[in-house]
Parts: sequence; structure tokens; C-alpha cells
Amino acid sequence: MTTPYALPEMSLDEVKHLVSQRALDGETVLLNMGPQHPSTHGVLRLLLELDGETIVSCVPDIGFLHTGIEKNMEAKTYLKAETMTDRLDYLNTVGNNFAYCLAVEKMLDIDVPPRAQAIRVILAELQRIASHLVWLGTSSLDVAAMSVFLYCFREREIILDVFELVSGQRMMTTYMRPGGLWRDVPIEFDNAVRNILNTFPQRIDEYEALLTKNPIFLDRTMGIGKISLEEALSWGLSGGSLRGSGSDWDLRKKRPYSGYEQYDFEVPVEQEGDVYARYLVRVHEMRESLKIIKQALDTLPFGPVRSSDRKVVPPPRSEIGESMESLIHHFKLWTEGFSVPKGSVYSAVESPRGELGVFLESDGGTKPYRVHWRTPSFNNLEVLSKLAKGLMIADLVAVIGSVDIVLGDVDR
Amino acid sequence: MMDKALQSIVQVLEKEFAGEAEESFGEVQVLVSADNLVAASQKLHDEFGMTFLSTITAVDYFPQKAPRFHVVYIFRSMSENLQLSLRVPLADEAPVVPTLTGIYNNANWRERELWDMFGIEVEGHPDMRRILMPKDWEGHPLRKDYPLGYEEPQFTFSFEDIDLSKPKGEI
Repeated sequence: MTTPYALPEMSLDEVKHLVSQRALDGETVLLNMGPQHPSTHGVLRLLLELDGETIVSCVPDIGFLHTGIEKNMEAKTYLKAETMTDRLDYLNTVGNNFAYCLAVEKMLDIDVPPRAQAIRVILAELQRIASHLVWLGTSSLDVAAMSVFLYCFREREIILDVFELVSGQRMMTTYMRPGGLWRDVPIEFDNAVRNILNTFPQRIDEYEALLTKNPIFLDRTMGIGKISLEEALSWGLSGGSLRGSGSDWDLRKKRPYSGYEQYDFEVPVEQEGDVYARYLVRVHEMRESLKIIKQALDTLPFGPVRSSDRKVVPPPRSEIGESMESLIHHFKLWTEGFSVPKGSVYSAVESPRGELGVFLESDGGTKPYRVHWRTPSFNNLEVLSKLAKGLMIADLVAVIGSVDIVLGDVDR
Repeated sequence: MMDKALQSIVQVLEKEFAGEAEESFGEVQVLVSADNLVAASQKLHDEFGMTFLSTITAVDYFPQKAPRFHVVYIFRSMSENLQLSLRVPLADEAPVVPTLTGIYNNANWRERELWDMFGIEVEGHPDMRRILMPKDWEGHPLRKDYPLGYEEPQFTFSFEDIDLSKPKGEI
């Protein structure tokens, strides 16, 4: 017989070192916010200690969306494990594939053809815009700007349509594979992306017209949730949250991968470190992403999109009927998988949320021995306990929106 | 080829903290003992500008006994654009590492994750609780001797089980 399972609660005993003495004396109120709270962007639970409406301390409680992805990946071949990566940060699925493929390719030491690299960049930047649109929509919804949400989701659909066009899937694409791409983009791809390039600048202007100088929005965001550069670094913030505090750290610029060094783009930086600064950085980032996509699309080279290394990349279907070797490679790759030399790498990409790193250790076999995901949301959420102190509850909601977290990314 | 700036850091680590440098796919890893970890990290933070702790994780080499675990710390210097990992080998019995929360604030949650997932204790940690698994969970899931699957269901569809746990009035 199985015992009926009760959700263990966080007892006051357990967290008494994190709340003030006044909470233990009963002077302040302890309030649970979440895990089913619409403004927490997922299943995040916050234990708040309140003095009136002011937050004295905030204890985030995570793990509600823990799915054991790291453990699961250890039991799958390198190719099968890639499908798990989509499920981490479900707003940045292409970026997760990207980080994983780069790590595997680094270990295998195989070259990705230039066309595949450029298509990867285009898709990763489209994903960045799509992710920022969800962030912009939900975080402005949190500060009561309802209409922006509807516009953002309308535009996001157009980007998801491009993903559907190239991979057949709107979200869990697994389109990038170690050694290149699953297949070349269809002929409609160029038009579909150019359509986005033509319409999006005006759309971003529209969002900015609704928010950037809106007095209510300014009141809700300026001077709220401030963090200095030094503290931001010490808390491990990255991405837009770090660049809002005055750092110009961007992995695409500083440690370029997949040909980012060829493209001319700016890294937006703001000095204030508040919710509004992080808003400005991310909106500006969307414009820069459009610039990168345009350059990549204009200079998109022709050629193969997969490495010709048959030990890693499966042969095309047409070869299998003709060549015995191809048949053997096909059989080996789809049963045993490819093996990766012994050692470990840590490879990081700039995801919409910050530094998305993969720590991959191989024992020389066909399955990853250990995979660890350095997910940016994890660190961006941790800082909340510091930022929340002294804020009103309504401001806390604005801060949660501004650090841009995805709970699938936090809990893994 | 190792970067020049990185090479001088590695030399200091080798000399002062008995580190052993390794290169893996062009990335530099330095093995240090748990006793030297805090001092070495402090040096990296203060003198070499490694003010950003990317992540903390571990690798379980079960059934190997010594070392059973490697705890991996990945540091980043944003001013010099460098990346360096420290690896702390730990034996099978009662693995303990000292905390880095005094130097890096974000070590807090990563070290909780380390304990939650690997059962590696962190000495001096200010808030040691499970972070991802429920607090009454038994075992440490990312250890290699922890099986994948066979998890006890957290709910039931059997009417007998439901009936058993229902409160019954006295007749």
C-alpha cells in the first residue's frame, strides 16, 4: 500500500533564521505568496514577512517544477538527451539546444558549416525576441498595463510560426543537432524572416509608446528594486539584469561563438540598476537582435548545413540504399549513438535571461556521464531575497517581472 | 594552448595552494584540496578579478572510492575575460566542503543544491535546507547509486487506499 502523500509545508521552525525576531514574537505577519500566484510567472512560492504592506524579509521556495532533467540526460544517448534540453527553459528552447550542441561539438572537435552557423544565429536571435516579448507582456501586465500583453503575444505567434516552418514544432524544436541542423530551412524561410524584419521595428515603437514615457509605468518601475554592479556580480546576475546595472558583459561580444563576431551590434547598457533600467535594456536588445538577424540573413552563405563527419552526423537517406558504410553508420548512430572523448567542458551562451552554461562530463561512452545546467533564472531568482527587503508587495511583483525568470529554468 | 594571463594564475595556485592543473578541451581546471578551497577562491576573487562565480556542481565517480566526488567551481573574470574551474576531490565517506558564501553571495543556493542532489555537506553554510526536492525526501538523486525511476507514486487511484486514509466516525 502506498501512503497518501501530503505536500510538506515550510514550517516556521525551519526558516526562523531567515525571518526577523518580530515574526517569531507575532508582531509581523507571515504570508505565503504562491505557488499558484499569477504574478510569480510559474510555480514559485515566496514566504513574505510583512509589516503592514512593507516586506521585512522574503524567503523564496523553489523546486515545484523539478523534473530531474540532469539525471534523465545521463540515461540517454547524446542525441536523445538533446530533446530534454528544450524542456528546461520553455521560452528559450532554441537557445538551450544551441548551448548543448556547442558543448558537444567542442568535445567532439567537429566544425559546423557556415550556413548552419548563420541559421543558428538567426533562430537564436528570433528566440531572444520571442522570449523578451513574453517577458515584456507578462511583466507589464504585472504593473497593470494590460494591452501590452495582448500585442506581445500577437507578435510572438509570428516568430513561433517561423519555428514551425523550419522544424515542424512551435516550441520544442530540437532543430539544432550536434554537427549542424536537422535539415536545411525551407524556401519560404527567407520571406518569413524578412517579413518580421520589416514589421517589428514599428511594433517595438508601439510597445515603447505604451510604456517608456507612461507616467504610471514610470512610477511603478523607476527606483524600484535597485542593485549596484558590485552586488549584481556577487549575486551572479547575468544578462539583461546585469546590464541594467552598468556592466557591458555579453557573451556574444566577449566570448563569441557560432560566428557572432561577424555581426555588428551594440550591447545596451543602463546605469541605474532598477526595474526601469532592466526594461530599457531588454527593449533595446530586441532592436539589436533584429540588426543581427538582418545581417545574418543578408550574408547567409549557401552550402551544407551538417558536418560531413559520419561518426556523428547520420548519412542522408539517399546514401543508405547505395553505400554499405552509410548503412553501418546509420545503424550505429540510431542504436548505440556516437561516443565522445573523455573529459569535461563548460560552454556558455548568452540566453535571453543571461549566461546559460552547460557543464558536460564524458567518460568516453555514448551517454553523457554528467550534465549540469547553469541556468540564469536560478541566479536571477536568488537575488530576490535581497531586492525584496523594504519594498511594498505590489513593487515585489514588478521586481519579479524585471529579473525575468522561467521556473522551468530554475527548477530543472 | 593556455592563455598567458591564465597561466600566471595557475602558477600561483600551484605554488601557494598545491593545485594540480589539467587541461580539458582547452579549458583549464585546477585540482585543489577542500582545505585550500576558500583561500584559493579568495585569492581568485581579490587579486585576479574573478568576481563572478558561474556555478557550483559535482560529479559522482561511483563506485570509485577515492575520490568518489569532484566538486566543480567555475569562476569567471569579466575584466580579463577569463574562465577557470577549481575541482575539489572528495572521498566516499562523509564528503564535506567549506562554504564560499562569505565571498560569493550566489554560492548559497548552489551549495544547497549540492547537498540536496549529491549529499555533499557544506561546512559553515548559513541556510542548509533541501532546495529542489521536498524536505522529507530520502536520498540524493544525482548520485550514481541512486536509481532512475522506481519512485513511489505521490498519489493513488486505488479506492481501497483512499478508503483507508479517510477519517471514520465512531459507530
